Amino acid sequence: MSLYDIIFYLFAAITVLSAFFVVTTRNIVYSAYYLLFTFFGVAGIYVLLGADFIAVTQLVVYVGGILILLLFGVMLTNKITNVQIKTGTVKLAPAAVGVALLAGTLFAGLLNTNWKTFVADVPASTAHTLGLLLLQQYAVVFELLGILLLIALIGAASMARK
Amino acid sequence: MEVGLNHFLFVSVCLFSLGIFGIVTRKNAVMVLMGIELILNSANINFVAFAKYGNFGYQGQIVALFVIILAAAEAAIALAIVLNIYKTFSTVNVDEIDTMKD
Repeated sequence: MSLYDIIFYLFAAITVLSAFFVVTTRNIVYSAYYLLFTFFGVAGIYVLLGADFIAVTQLVVYVGGILILLLFGVMLTNKITNVQIKTGTVKLAPAAVGVALLAGTLFAGLLNTNWKTFVADVPASTAHTLGLLLLQQYAVVFELLGILLLIALIGAASMARK
Repeated sequence: MEVGLNHFLFVSVCLFSLGIFGIVTRKNAVMVLMGIELILNSANINFVAFAKYGNFGYQGQIVALFVIILAAAEAAIALAIVLNIYKTFSTVNVDEIDTMKD
């Protein structure tokens, strides 16, 4: 087992275990902190896949932005003084069975598919290539996404302060 | 066992299933959002894995970047909606917000 494999199993274990705790812990704040570890694990997996720029973006946007937003959501919508930061659950058993069936189906599907794999050479850094692609081939999509993000943020701000 | 495409896809399947589980079982709307984030992450792992193993160049990574941008926009909008729901109903439990059921 090479070092690459060991690091992969480490990150995969962090990701899947903390994702499991995210959806099973009753305390929402604990769930948010477990989500932090999930995002870190996913970022590590991106690095192992040779996508260093995506990994950094994942850390900056998810951990620095989305997770903080979610924590704000938890704090603003619960009575902190009454310690009500718990979440109830509905229909645990049928959901567990259904999700297990779904996961089994997906896993059987991916094991039985004969993927044509082609291992690309991993360059030292992908930021240069991604930057060129974003400003040449995908320039229109890039600009449209920028406008979409602006509209979404203005809409969110005006909706939240009403 | 050598780590290959299947290993990454397996992690992605686990994240996707756990995200679905979180969405259907949790009552709190913020927890439902966390489930959605897990699902988006699993899709992103797929995109990046196929970018490495699928001979598509960098297109998978570009799409993964776009997904991250859309996830940020979605989280902001969804949080604003949740705050409005809390102001109106003073609860964010998705099973108690059933005014339209009557």
